[in-house]
Amino acid sequence: MTEAARSEPDVNRVHMTKQDYEGSPSTMCKGCGHDAITASIITACYESSIDPRRVIKLSGIGCSSKTTNYFMNQSFGFNSTHGRMAALATGAAMANHTMIPIGVSGDGDTASIGLGNFAHMVRRNLRITYIVENNGVYGLTKGQFSATADKGSKAKKGWVNPWPAIDLATLAITMGATFVARSFSGDRKQLAPLIQAALNHNGTAVLDVLSPCVTFNNHEGSTKSLKNIRDAKDDLNEIGFIPEFEQITADYKEGSDLRVRMHDGGTVTLHKLKDHDPTDRDQALNVVEQGARAGKFVTGLIYLDEQNEDFAARELLGKTPLAYLGEPDLRPSAEALARINQSFMK
Amino acid sequence: MDTPAVNDVNICVATANGSGSASSNQVLYKSVYKMGIPCSGKNLFPSNIQGLPTWYFIRASGDGYLGRKDTIDVMVIFNPDTEHDDIHKVRSGGLIIYDDSHALPDKLKRDDVSYVGVPAENLVREHIKAPQLRAKQRNMVYVGAIAKLFGIPLEIIREVLEDTFGNKPAVIDSNFLCIEVGFKHIEETGQSQNISNLAGMPNGNAGKIMTEGNIACALGAIFGGVSVVTWYPITPSSSLVEEMIEHIDDYRLNEDGTRRYAIVQAEDELGAATMMVGAGWAGARSMTSTAGPGLSLMQETLGLAYFVEVPCVFFIIQRGGPSTGLPTRTQQSDITLMHQGSHGDTRHIVLIPHDNSTAFEMAWRAFDYADRFQTPVFVMMDLDLGMNMSLSPAFTMPDTPMDRGKLLDADAIKAQGDKFSRYLDIDGDGIPQRTIPGNPHPKAAYFARGSGHNEHAVYSERADDYQYLLDRLRRKYETARRFVPKPIVENGSADGVGIISFGSSVEPVREARHMLSKQGNTTDHLLLRALPLTSEVEEFLSSHKRVFLVEQNRDGQMTQILRDDYPQYANRITPICHYDGMPLAAGDVAEKLMGEL
Repeated sequence: MTEAARSEPDVNRVHMTKQDYEGSPSTMCKGCGHDAITASIITACYESSIDPRRVIKLSGIGCSSKTTNYFMNQSFGFNSTHGRMAALATGAAMANHTMIPIGVSGDGDTASIGLGNFAHMVRRNLRITYIVENNGVYGLTKGQFSATADKGSKAKKGWVNPWPAIDLATLAITMGATFVARSFSGDRKQLAPLIQAALNHNGTAVLDVLSPCVTFNNHEGSTKSLKNIRDAKDDLNEIGFIPEFEQITADYKEGSDLRVRMHDGGTVTLHKLKDHDPTDRDQALNVVEQGARAGKFVTGLIYLDEQNEDFAARELLGKTPLAYLGEPDLRPSAEALARINQSFMK
Repeated sequence: MDTPAVNDVNICVATANGSGSASSNQVLYKSVYKMGIPCSGKNLFPSNIQGLPTWYFIRASGDGYLGRKDTIDVMVIFNPDTEHDDIHKVRSGGLIIYDDSHALPDKLKRDDVSYVGVPAENLVREHIKAPQLRAKQRNMVYVGAIAKLFGIPLEIIREVLEDTFGNKPAVIDSNFLCIEVGFKHIEETGQSQNISNLAGMPNGNAGKIMTEGNIACALGAIFGGVSVVTWYPITPSSSLVEEMIEHIDDYRLNEDGTRRYAIVQAEDELGAATMMVGAGWAGARSMTSTAGPGLSLMQETLGLAYFVEVPCVFFIIQRGGPSTGLPTRTQQSDITLMHQGSHGDTRHIVLIPHDNSTAFEMAWRAFDYADRFQTPVFVMMDLDLGMNMSLSPAFTMPDTPMDRGKLLDADAIKAQGDKFSRYLDIDGDGIPQRTIPGNPHPKAAYFARGSGHNEHAVYSERADDYQYLLDRLRRKYETARRFVPKPIVENGSADGVGIISFGSSVEPVREARHMLSKQGNTTDHLLLRALPLTSEVEEFLSSHKRVFLVEQNRDGQMTQILRDDYPQYANRITPICHYDGMPLAAGDVAEKLMGEL
C-alpha cells in the first residue's frame, strides 16, 4: 500500500467510512451500556459493509429506543410508541421486505408493555435484528423494576423485587425464534459479530444484551450492576463472523468448532467453550435455564435455525416490495369491475 | 277488506340463529330483486353462534325506499322461543305465517291479524330423506309459502337457487323441492292475503347491484390500491377483510404465485394499527378494519400516525357502545372517537358513505386522501350499512389516477437542489414532502418519531417548534376542507326547514321527508359526506331557520362538531337522536320531526 493510499480514510465495500455509520450525538448518561451497544452496531454494519440506505431503524419508547438516532444517520428511522416496535417492524416488512430492519428495544418495551407484539413477531419469524438493551430497570421514569429484573434484586430506592424475571432468551426460543443470542454491552468482541450474524439471518434474530444502567441499577444488591454482570457472565462460545466477501482463514477443530453459513451470505464461526450445540433447541432451552438457576448469565449464540422460512416467504411476497407497486399492479381493470357488478346483479 | 297494495310490503322472519334461515332469507330477497322490485334485507342477529333468536326483514318498495320500516306487515314465526313476542310485532291487519304441523296455541291468536299455516316440519319430514338436513330445509318451506301468497314466480326462485348454488345441483334440487311443497300447500289450501301483491317491474332494478357495505369497502380498497391489510377480527367489521381474503387473489397474484398484497391477522388491535402505520410509513397503501372497541385500542397509534404524518386508512364499522355494548346492533356513536381520536389536539379526515356505491367510491378515494394529506383517514361505516343487503347504483371505476401526494423519489430530491426537509411546509397548505425507505438519495432519510420534532425531523422540545407543528397540522386539516367530498343538497322546502343526515340515516331520512311532505311539511336535505365540514354546510346552516340533524347516537356527536365549527348557527341546530340499536326507520324520524315542527 502506498503512503498516499494510507492517508485516505478506510472505506468498506460500499465505499463508506466508519464515520458514515455514525448518528446524532447520544443523550444517554455517561457510561451507559446502551452507548457501547450503539458502537457495536456501528462496527458490525461497517465491517459487514451494510449500506445504511438499505437499513431501517425501528424502536419503541425508553432509553434504549432513543438510541436508534445515535447510529447511521443515512438510514430511515422510526421511534414509535411504547412496546409497539415489533408490530411496526412487521408492517414495515410487509410494505418493503427488501430493507434490513434493525430494531432496538428495552426490557420494559419488550418484556412488559410490548410482550404480546414481540411474541407474535417472533412467531412469524419476521426478518429483523431485534436487540433488547436489557438493564432490568425503567430508566426514563427513574428506577422502577422491569419484568426482566431478577427475583430478589434490589432497586436503588431499596425495594426488593418479589417477582421472577422473564427470561427473554427462553421466551424467544419458546415462541419459535430462529436466532437467539445473549451478550453484554461491554463485550464488543462478542457482541459485534453476533450482530453481524443476526443481520444475515433469515428470520427473527433476538439479541438479549445485558446493558447496565449506571444511574438507576448499578448498586450493590442489583443483579444487573456492571460488577455482577461481569462476575456472572458465562460464555458458551467464542464467536466470529466472516462476511461473504472475506476468506475464511481460521483453523477449524472438529468437535469444538462450528461453522454455519448464513442465509444472506457470510459465515458464523463458533469455538465452543461449553458443551453446547446451538443448533439443538432442547439444549438451548436447557442451557439458559441451568445458567439462570446457578445465578449465571449464559452468553453467546444460544440457538440458531437457519432453515426456517421467514415471514416474507410465508406471505408469498414477490420481488418488488409492495411499497413500490404502482397503479397498473394494484388497480384492477374496468373489465374486472364490470364482472363484479354483474355478480351482484344475480 | 282493503285492496292489496302493489309492491309495498315489510316481511319479518323470526328464526333461531344457525338454523339455516340465512340461506332461505337470501333466496327470498334475491327473488324480489330479480323481479325488478327495489328491496332491502336487514338482519337483526344476536351475538351468538347458534340457538339465539334472529330476525330478518325483507322490505319490497316499489317507490324505492330501502330503509328499515318500523311497521311489520308480515311475520313469519318459525322460532318457538320468541313467538309470544313476535305475534305482537305485526301491525293490526297484518299477516302471521306459522308452521301448522302443530296446532297454534290459543295464546298466539290475535283477532286483528290473519293467519296462514304451512306444515313445514311435516312437509320436510315427508319429502327430505336425510334427517340431518330437515331442520335447515324447513326454512325453505316458508319461502315457497310466501312466493305463492305474494306472487313470486317459482321460475325466478329456481334461477336464484342456480345463481347461489350453481355447481351443486343436489342442493338446488332439495331446496327447490321444499320451496315447491310450501308453494303447493298454499295453492291447495287456497290460503291468501290482501296486504300487498308483488308485481314484476321490468328494469326496475336495472343498473342496480345488491350487496353489503363491508363487501363494497373491501372491493373499493382493492381498487384503491391497498397492498397491506392488518386486522383483528371483531363484529361487525370482520366480513370486510374476509371478503378481501376471499377475492384479492383474483387481482393481485403474480405469475410465479407471489402476491401483490399482504394481509395479516394481528395478535390484537394494538398490533394491527401499528403494523398498518409501519407499512404506511414504509410506502405501502395500508389499512385496517375494526369496530369501536378495536378503535379504542388503536387510539395511541392513531395519534402516532397523525403526529408522524403517516398515510393509512381505518375502516370503522360502528356498533352499539360503550364497552362491549351491543356487538350486533348498529350505531353512529364513534364519530368523536374517529374525528378527534387520540390524546392531544387532533383532527382527522372522516369519509362517510351512505350506500354500497358510495362505500366503494370512498374506500378507494380514502387512500388518495391519506397519501395526499399524509394522515390517517377514516371510512365511517356502521353495522346497518356494512352487514345488510341493499340495493345501490353499480360501482363505478375510479375516475382519477392513484394520487400518491407529495411523495419524492431520488430524482425529485435532486431536481429541487438536493434538498429535502420532511416537515417543512413549502406550499403553505400544511402538507410537507415525504420520502420512503429505499430512496437512495443521501438526503432522503429522516427519523420519524412520535415525540416533538422540528421541520427537519430532528428531536425538539422548543416551544416555537412545537407550536409551529401543531399549527401546521391544523392548517393541513383546514386545507382538507376544500378537498373532501362535498355534501349533496336536496331541495324542496318552502319553509326554511333543513334536515342534515349522513351514513345509514340518509335512506330513512329521504323516506321521512316524503312522509312529512304528504302532511304538508316540506324540508330541504343536506347529505353530509365528510369531515372536516365544507363551506356548503355553513351555507346550508345560514340559509335555513331551523336545521334538524339526524344521527344515531345519544349525545348528538355530529351536532357538536357542527356547533363547534359554526358557533354562530349553534342554536339553529336540533339533534334528532336515535339510539336503540335498531337501524333507523323513516317513521322514527318523521314522528320526532312532527313533534318539533
